Amino acid sequence: MKLITISGPPSSGKTAVIMKVIESFKLQKIKVGVVKFDCLLTDDDLLFKKHGIPVLKGLSGALCPDHYFVSNIEKCFNWGLEQGLDILISESAGLCNRCSPHIKDITAVCVIDNLSGLNTPKKIGPMLKSADIVVITKGDIVSQAEREVFAAKVRQVNPTAKILHINGLTGQGAYELTMLLMESDDVDTLEGKSLRFSMPSALCSYCLGETRIGEKFQVGNVRKMDV
Amino acid sequence: MNIDTMKLKDIFEKQPVARDFFDSIGIELFDENLTLQEYIEKVDEETLEDLGLSKDFILENFKEFLNNLSGIEENSLHKVNSITIVGGYNKSGEKENIEIEIKTGEIISIVGPTGSGKSRLLADIEWMAQGDTPTKRRILLNGEVPDRDLRFSSEFKLVAQLSQNMNFVIDLSVREFLLLHAESRFVENKEDVVDKVIKKANELAGEKFKGDTPLTSLSGGQSRALMIADTAILSKSPIILIDEIENAGIDRKKALELFVKEGKIVLMATHDPILALMGDKRFVINNGAIVKVLETSKEEKELLSFLEEIDKTLLYYRNRLRYGERLFKNK
Repeated sequence: MKLITISGPPSSGKTAVIMKVIESFKLQKIKVGVVKFDCLLTDDDLLFKKHGIPVLKGLSGALCPDHYFVSNIEKCFNWGLEQGLDILISESAGLCNRCSPHIKDITAVCVIDNLSGLNTPKKIGPMLKSADIVVITKGDIVSQAEREVFAAKVRQVNPTAKILHINGLTGQGAYELTMLLMESDDVDTLEGKSLRFSMPSALCSYCLGETRIGEKFQVGNVRKMDV
Repeated sequence: MNIDTMKLKDIFEKQPVARDFFDSIGIELFDENLTLQEYIEKVDEETLEDLGLSKDFILENFKEFLNNLSGIEENSLHKVNSITIVGGYNKSGEKENIEIEIKTGEIISIVGPTGSGKSRLLADIEWMAQGDTPTKRRILLNGEVPDRDLRFSSEFKLVAQLSQNMNFVIDLSVREFLLLHAESRFVENKEDVVDKVIKKANELAGEKFKGDTPLTSLSGGQSRALMIADTAILSKSPIILIDEIENAGIDRKKALELFVKEGKIVLMATHDPILALMGDKRFVINNGAIVKVLETSKEEKELLSFLEEIDKTLLYYRNRLRYGERLFKNK
């Protein structure tokens, strides 16, 4: 089975892109399942189910979403194997821009949209910078010039990635992405694999439920601004 | 140049834009008298950890960044004079009997009902299909199979697109934005190029605008005019794909002439007879294949002037309506 991690800022079009990619895979008789990671709530699993796509849902709730991801991905991977999938796609949003679910030797995709602003590529960390494939969405509603400038900004922060433009509404470009994804290696297990980059860490009183503001309540890994 | 032994300041002297790399990953250039390796050794671990970067990442990506820059120079030599569409199969699996070359300066209309396969044809061209898409079509550049890597080159995009739904969403003035576009394309003498784009856009637009006009306050016609002039002059893509151009506030004939003058191949997906007949040929698409190629006949060209008259009449009445006048049969 191939595993693909797809991440990207909220509302960048990850789910739409995945739906179109799976439609295209179905025509090629390739069996794809999805594991959808989110924080508070998602109905996207129903959307996948409606289309007969095997899906798992993981809500991280009060935990750091990406820590939750990495603690669960192996289990999800094994589920995918049991389902007899050819490809398992994991979808997660990079919420703090410093997180990244990308795993070494596993194809990593970052979805980012043309409307998010020209400075956005700079602001996103390893999720974008260490991705193998960058998918740019919402190109159908901005000018050619903005698309070109935006792609150049993405190229600046990730000079090695393959950049694809996909229209999440019509699916234009999705077929091309399936071709790229098929080039990924099959893997038998995630055991022993590691993340491409360490996740942001914190272990302070607030991690443990502290809510009060003030120096005396702050214990552990606490950092202060220069003011 | 040998990046490994060169001091950063010497690299920047040769490639001033290489500095942008450090800005874009958020690392300060504290000492340019070092080689890349020496510099990276001095960046502290905590900064790297905060930014989610590693030393290897900077090393590899900076080299790739410089490679891309030199690739841009090579790609500018990569001139497309023609594309060839080699037929594949239609949706019923029957052969698409066609091999057709389109040269720069040609204007082709693409017609066919919804779902007939217009978008797939345009996608095949954009992707430079090599029998590896559902249609099994092949696309040649200058009569040859293009290099596969070109598909993902951010500097060489075969197709630039213009459609009715596109807007400027960025909050900058016309001039500021065009300069940004010129910089992203590493254009030399960018001020002159930007002036040219603004001048041409004003020739196309019904109402004039200036360089300091905010992009978001341009009218529909002005936006379209600016997109057309910018795409014709600043975009390096040799093919322009147009998905209808509304006939309001813009001179469409001049727009097409501008593309032809700038040496572009123009493909138009349109069912507007005036726009379609401005083309040299039209491809008729049905059931996923090109089924006919019609050259615009002499009679059709004559018909075009008749249609343009009708269009002018409609425009006249539209304007009277707009200004609160009554409409009469005799103008």
